[in-house]
Amino acid sequence: MSVDKETVKKIASLSRIAVTEAEIDALVPELNNILGWVEQLGEVDCSKVEPMTAVIPNKLRLRDDVVDDGNVRDKILANAPAAEHGFFGVPKVIE
Amino acid sequence: MTEIYELGIAGIRSGIASGDFTAKEVAETFIGRVSAAKPLNAVLVETPDHALAAAEATDKAKAAGETLGKMAGVPIGMKDLFCTNGVPTTAASLILEGFTPQYESTVSSNLFKAGAGMLGKLNMDQFAMGSSNETSAFGNVISPWRRNDGGNADIAPGGSSGGSAAVVSGRICPAATGTDTGGSIRQPAAFVGITGLKPTYGRCSRWGTIAFASSLDQAGPMAHDVRDCAIMLEAMAGFDPKDSTSLNLPVPEWEAGLKSDLTGKRIGIPKEYRVDNMPPEIDALWQQGIQWLKDAGATIVDVSLPHTKYALPAYYIIAPAEASSNLARYDGVRYGLRDLPDGAGLQEMYAATREAGFGSEVKRRIMIGTYVLSAGYYDAYYTQAQKVRTLISRDFDKAWESCDVLLAPTAPSAAFGLGEKNDDPLAMYLNDVFTVPSSLAGLPAMSVPAGLDRQGLPLGLQLIGKALDEQTVLNAGLALEERAGFVAKPEQWW
Repeated sequence: MSVDKETVKKIASLSRIAVTEAEIDALVPELNNILGWVEQLGEVDCSKVEPMTAVIPNKLRLRDDVVDDGNVRDKILANAPAAEHGFFGVPKVIE
Repeated sequence: MTEIYELGIAGIRSGIASGDFTAKEVAETFIGRVSAAKPLNAVLVETPDHALAAAEATDKAKAAGETLGKMAGVPIGMKDLFCTNGVPTTAASLILEGFTPQYESTVSSNLFKAGAGMLGKLNMDQFAMGSSNETSAFGNVISPWRRNDGGNADIAPGGSSGGSAAVVSGRICPAATGTDTGGSIRQPAAFVGITGLKPTYGRCSRWGTIAFASSLDQAGPMAHDVRDCAIMLEAMAGFDPKDSTSLNLPVPEWEAGLKSDLTGKRIGIPKEYRVDNMPPEIDALWQQGIQWLKDAGATIVDVSLPHTKYALPAYYIIAPAEASSNLARYDGVRYGLRDLPDGAGLQEMYAATREAGFGSEVKRRIMIGTYVLSAGYYDAYYTQAQKVRTLISRDFDKAWESCDVLLAPTAPSAAFGLGEKNDDPLAMYLNDVFTVPSSLAGLPAMSVPAGLDRQGLPLGLQLIGKALDEQTVLNAGLALEERAGFVAKPEQWW
């Protein structure tokens, strides 16, 4: 499989990364080089193999359903590029 | 008397215990070393007050006759991937410029509770993506080492924990934290002639460590020698309910268990690690390492890890896939950079912020990750890679039927010069050929400095152990260390 300009544009858009035409031209061969190299994984017969889900067998725990922290609104907002009235500020999303 | 700055963790501990010097003197010494090391560009934020406060606490505790913590009076360098309360943390990316965590990562918090102070936040490859420290948004870290050809070409400290490697080898910090996703502790440790240990996945909490690839990321110590790594890992590790993959197990007393007599231990030599065009010096050092371990009482067995060649391509699907998901959080809303062009809406703001904030290697990996996870390609790439990962893990399980620990080189070459390898991402990825398989299997692995190449640059040998068996890794490392007698240090030019 290889990617073309249109696919790279789509990947960039899904990744929410703005790219220029010149960057796309550079990315097409770069990504194809990497994708061509990882394609060798197709040689491995994995028909009877389960995909790995945990490197070290470890049952995921459930914690008690209780509030154990909170009241940290100002700390959470402390690093926001724009915060007003206790909320994150974002550009207008509804016309 | 040995200068204080020449000492590692154990040396500082015994000097403070015997009253040769105070923790404050130690902190002041290293604060001076840090501020004089600016040409290496290894430290992004200096935190002398933190180191001094911890030192004063240690001196007070000692005067009061209290039992001192494992890291009491040891000022360390902190890789800038660990969130530190009130101290800017960027992962060496512009997208986190100005971010000041309001909380402390579990690993740094554990170290501080054990009495360590912090000298500063260390430069690294951006989001830990790189093998040469050339992807940092704040400039390259320059290795303290130089080639013996009389030239002054800048040498790469390795990556991603390049700042950590530089400060420990330059005797600028007595020890430093690192993180390892595909070799980011071990390869830089090998490049600068220090010891670095990646523990079993789950030993150290990932809470508060900026995520790259969550199923692979592990914190670990980078220090002068095997003993210092054992002490520091004891302080870093431990169960943390805030990390769902943290192992709920007691932390072993690795230092007390150190023993370089390897009688009865079987050392596996994986034949697939003998790669084409391996430099003869690396191969010779590997043979020497085999001899050293035999000399320590171990028996040597040949083992096969047949899927080794597929580890790198599997890694370069899995790690970018996890990164694309983890790095989706950088959106210009909650923290860090916001780029809001005139009249832009929310979507344009995301795209502009991420375009301006991420470096090119980070963007490349996010896009690869996005592609391999996208509809229609997920099974062919991501699921297949996770299946191959199962096979790689099984290879190790099979090897453990006939051996207790594996010996291999850490990296396929000595350190290269800055700028010598950064035009081809694939060539850079190949640096991790010996470190990635054990990362994919979550196994403990350590690099021990073992010799110099003909350019006078350090070379490391790697030990890979069974899950949770850091002790055998440390013991075999100690056996190598005692026999290698590696004492070379970079000459101070900065």
